[in-house]
Amino acid sequence: MPYIANTEADVKEMFKTIGCDSFEQMWEKAQIKFPPPSLDTLHSGLSEYEVVKHLNELAARNATQLVNFLGAGYYDHIIPAAVGEITGRSEFYTAYTPYQPEASQGTLQAIYEYQSMICRLTGLFVANASLYDGGTALFEAMMMAGRITRRRQAVISEAVSPIFRRMIECYSSNLDIELIQVPSGTDDSAQQRLMEAITENTACVIVQYPNVFGTIEAWEEVTAHAHAKGALAVCSCYPIALAVLTPPGEMGFDIVTGEGQSIGIPLSFGGPYLGFMATTEKHMRKMPGRICGRTVDLDGKDGFVLTLQTREQHIRRASAMSNICSNENLCALTALVYLCCMGKQGLIDVAELCAAKAAFARSEILKIDGVKPVGGEAFFNEFVISLPVDAAEVVGKMIDKGFAAGFPLGRYYPDRKNQLLIAVTEKRTREEIKALANALEAVL
Amino acid sequence: MKYYSEDHEWVEIHGEEATIGISEYAAKQLGDITYVELPSEDDDFIVGDTLGVVESVKAASDIYSPVSGTVVMINDALEDEPNLINESPEDKGWLCKLTNIDTSELDDMMNADAYEKYLKELS
Repeated sequence: MPYIANTEADVKEMFKTIGCDSFEQMWEKAQIKFPPPSLDTLHSGLSEYEVVKHLNELAARNATQLVNFLGAGYYDHIIPAAVGEITGRSEFYTAYTPYQPEASQGTLQAIYEYQSMICRLTGLFVANASLYDGGTALFEAMMMAGRITRRRQAVISEAVSPIFRRMIECYSSNLDIELIQVPSGTDDSAQQRLMEAITENTACVIVQYPNVFGTIEAWEEVTAHAHAKGALAVCSCYPIALAVLTPPGEMGFDIVTGEGQSIGIPLSFGGPYLGFMATTEKHMRKMPGRICGRTVDLDGKDGFVLTLQTREQHIRRASAMSNICSNENLCALTALVYLCCMGKQGLIDVAELCAAKAAFARSEILKIDGVKPVGGEAFFNEFVISLPVDAAEVVGKMIDKGFAAGFPLGRYYPDRKNQLLIAVTEKRTREEIKALANALEAVL
Repeated sequence: MKYYSEDHEWVEIHGEEATIGISEYAAKQLGDITYVELPSEDDDFIVGDTLGVVESVKAASDIYSPVSGTVVMINDALEDEPNLINESPEDKGWLCKLTNIDTSELDDMMNADAYEKYLKELS
């Protein structure tokens, strides 16, 4: 049997049904801007050696040696060598989806322990086995709030990562969901505006912690207000920061998600990254994704299984909580091994180093003539400065000096054209920070 | 007087209120019930809307509202004891009570005898 199930007769009949004669005509009718190119235009092929040479030439064009102060949700942390060594073991690296618990105890135990660590970081009752990345996890949280409240409107702060907001807009563009984006502004009334936007029709309010500008806020008032209106409170967060900040679960958030790249996964363009999600006991049956649970066998011995599977697509079909019934397992495992390597105190040390070095970097940079602070002192490892010129141009010049100087905010916030978002991790040395300040002074 | 739907829900009318549950046949087919998702008070339903979900060790099944109405009471006991539906599906295992009902909708449902006949046809 061929793997391509459509025979020529099938194709003809389908064309007849939609009133087309050919694929070309179908693209035209559907107004698809970029139809797939014809196979005839494909390159005739290269030898293995030629392909490797070509790819190496392309790879060499990547700037890999820049001193990195770029963050905005994805951070350059130290990853102990043991992480790659352990996750690279064939028992973990090649193990497939653990539907047969009797054959997958190692993978299942790893997932269970990963979930337990996410629960401890977020301060919530139950975590799933992971999702694709921080943006899709946040979208899934919004959908979950809609299922729980049976409401179709989400209020989202513009201080949530613009990358995540683009993903949510894209995912929900054809769904019956109203997204209300509340301007973040630079004043202290942002939380007030968020609260005013929450009504009896709101499924959830979505915020970020620390927010995209690096600011740490107390959210108790907003979560309490959301609950009073029958809405849920959803938070996307930075897991390294959670080592030292009040866990979002303790501030009243019902669903907490985040990008897990910072806990052990190397930065790379396009991933794979890791989305995590946790929620309260009350809402666990509405959570998407697989969940691993601990149980006992007939002899009373501990064992691990996939649990609450009736939420999922392979059982619930069209009424499943989500079409996500897999997980980002190798990345979740990597996060688990990283967290185990660091230990509780190790993670706190990383977070405290990040915060201390960021504070030092900010004070050094603010000494430069014409550079002004944006936002207050309550930041974790990322802060915003205002430059006398376009920040994107400065970033370009800094690349020539060997620095990824930060994230120019004007790309997503037109009124912040001169603002630069700078992230500092434990990896940056005092010398590198001073060199950044000197280079910045030189290009201004 | 009890009325039954083809989807195996039952309705019993007491004055202005309709009590809703799933039939003994349905409970048996589902097996041990582990969780019941109930509607909230004041929720409005029309015939055929998903009223809740019954989850067993085998499957999760939607419960369709056999009549239209507004929820006035839910069976809280099911939260801690979902197996009440196995033990007493047509009495203690009731799901919720609706008001604002339209009794003409009952004309489309079966009485106990007709339902028994319907089940025989199924098997």
